[in-house]
Amino acid sequence: MADVTFIDHSGEARTVSGTNGMTLMEVAIKHQVPGIDAECGGACSCATCHVYVEPEWMEAVGQPASMEEDMLDFAFDVRPNSRLSCQIKISDALDGLRVHTPSRQS
Amino acid sequence: MTEHNEAMIKTDALIIGAGPVGLFAVFELGLLDIKAHLIDILPKIGGQCAELYPEKPIYDIPGFPVVTGQQLVDNLMQQIEPFHPEFHLGEMVVSVERRDSGQGVVFHVETDAGTTFETKTVLVAAGGGSFQPKKPPIPGIDAYENTSVFYAVRQMESLRDHHVLIVGGGDSALDWALNLQSVAARVTLMHRRDEFRAAPHSVAKMRDLVAEGKMDLLFGQVTGLDGADGQLTAALCKGMDQAPFRIECDRMLPFFGLTMKLGPIAEWGLNLHENLIPVDTEKFETSTPGIFAIGDINTYPGKLKLILSGFHEAALAAQKAHRYIYPDKRLLFQYTTSSTSLQKKLGVNG
Repeated sequence: MADVTFIDHSGEARTVSGTNGMTLMEVAIKHQVPGIDAECGGACSCATCHVYVEPEWMEAVGQPASMEEDMLDFAFDVRPNSRLSCQIKISDALDGLRVHTPSRQS
Repeated sequence: MTEHNEAMIKTDALIIGAGPVGLFAVFELGLLDIKAHLIDILPKIGGQCAELYPEKPIYDIPGFPVVTGQQLVDNLMQQIEPFHPEFHLGEMVVSVERRDSGQGVVFHVETDAGTTFETKTVLVAAGGGSFQPKKPPIPGIDAYENTSVFYAVRQMESLRDHHVLIVGGGDSALDWALNLQSVAARVTLMHRRDEFRAAPHSVAKMRDLVAEGKMDLLFGQVTGLDGADGQLTAALCKGMDQAPFRIECDRMLPFFGLTMKLGPIAEWGLNLHENLIPVDTEKFETSTPGIFAIGDINTYPGKLKLILSGFHEAALAAQKAHRYIYPDKRLLFQYTTSSTSLQKKLGVNG
């Protein structure tokens, strides 16, 4: 289990709980967190579940694999802490994770 | 864009969307002797299965423990082959109008390519809507769209002697950079990193042109636009080190892939609920008699967005469509396992 916080473009924070093994995208969709579109449903094919991981969580979350890095080419305003939330798996180590959602996914 | 084809295509059923549900509708209609045309905005058949996840395994198609999106599409194409469906790909339906011809109601349907149809029934199988180019969230970009900013190239000539900035690192970005390099005054390709997910030979050719000084390659992202009255003069950019820079250009082509938008469906006079089309669960008919909605685009109490649900919906919609197309014929329910007449239609019984 991990509590994760999504902070939207206007600064509003929503903390929701995810089960180990779910993806961060699935946690957002399950709790109807705005700012995550996830059009392709988690296939790493659309880049509409883009999030910015807060710097202190970068190490725990890790770096994107090459397929995800390719897909980030289709996201906007990509930064060094950009990830696709469908490729982040929830684990105990991510309890307290904070990510920011962009102003628009597409 | 609105060139009219001289001939209006007449058909019994017009299916909007060539994804798995639209394809299976061809089968269910075909068994009832209903001929169908299909339209899809994508240049290929298969909808989301082909565009978003051709390689992704699907585990919930009855009878297939596992099948990829593309395999499912290929199988459906094989299954509907006896009914010779006609496809109109790369076209978006812009209008659907109900007309009373005196001999019954028909629908006039027009696409953005100017193809026109007269059909007795319409089956909307549009999934998540139409795939459209992603628009970068650059402040003020709307003011430049279709004058200086384009998401597709219709005519290369329109870019002759312009300073063209192409943004992106996929096949579309690379292909247009190569094609326009000899036409434009100058082509600049900008991408967020020095790696491209495009065909390797395109990337190699692009790098050669850059080395020869025939085009420019820069790394960064567009953050703003400079210009007035829809006339772009420069793109304001930042590098991956966040340092700002400026690219002088009067045309910009962003290529960031596709996204699903409801599109013109909202203008067809159908009742909508949260961008979905409400239908009944007996006939899957919309608020307009003769127009059906099947698959992910529809909504009803208990709706599940599953391909298998769409298949069921196609079968029931076809039954009702039969009543519009053959009002005097009684429909006899038959099984493909035992009916000689159905087997003849499928070409499996001499």
